[in-house]
Amino acid sequence: MADELRLPIAADVDVVQARQQGREVAANAGFTSGDQTVIAAAISEIARNILMYAKRGEIVLSVVANGDRQGVVVIARDQGPGIRDIARALQDGYSTSGGLGLGLPGAKRLMDEFELTSAVGQGTTVTMKKWRRLG
Amino acid sequence: MEVPILKQGHYLIASIQSALTDADLSQLREALIERVGRFRARGVIVDVTALDVMDSFAVRTLRDIAHMARLRGADTVIVGIQPEVAFAMVQLGLTLKGVATALDLEEGLAFLNQQGEGRLEDRRPPGGRIDRG
Repeated sequence: MADELRLPIAADVDVVQARQQGREVAANAGFTSGDQTVIAAAISEIARNILMYAKRGEIVLSVVANGDRQGVVVIARDQGPGIRDIARALQDGYSTSGGLGLGLPGAKRLMDEFELTSAVGQGTTVTMKKWRRLG
Repeated sequence: MEVPILKQGHYLIASIQSALTDADLSQLREALIERVGRFRARGVIVDVTALDVMDSFAVRTLRDIAHMARLRGADTVIVGIQPEVAFAMVQLGLTLKGVATALDLEEGLAFLNQQGEGRLEDRRPPGGRIDRG
């Protein structure tokens, strides 16, 4: 992919940085300010999850075109402990960290596509996309 | 980035100026709860007009502020949630249940003033009348 923006996540300022960059990428790709907010909120949730569970990782932002659609792709990657029960982690209100348990399911609701792969002891990757029709 | 907290009469007004990290939000919570005691505040307004995103941590912190201030005897009202922010919050499943909100600072002040009047009512002895005799 040509224009990839790789953002390391290792401190809470990085979470703010990642969601601001996400908003900018979405704005440049022509998303409405409502969608920019939605994308920024989803990034905020998954970036914080990296920090909370894996301590460090990265967010990769890119723009893709698919026929008459254009999309923002957000990939969140870490080499943390992984998720033991993915189905539960995607349930509202389930948290192993004392949080609200709305991060992953909330981000999933905000985006059009959401995919989570995880292996215990190896890490977690979340890939999520938001689309808009061109023209 | 520290959030300035103004004291106006019996109220504290925290006016968020820019994006906040989780640490900034926690710091705001500590500062407000401490100041409710120091200034004997009866009301707290948190103005979030400048926030372009409210995620689960921000919402939890605002809820904590409201509940802690309540335990310290002050009412809290959150003002200035932007329409797009409200939309994303609902999608995320985030609510401010049990926390007062108002459109803007002006409405927030009106709300606190109203609460204050209600509280004077509460102080009346049973029978609903202040015994001045």
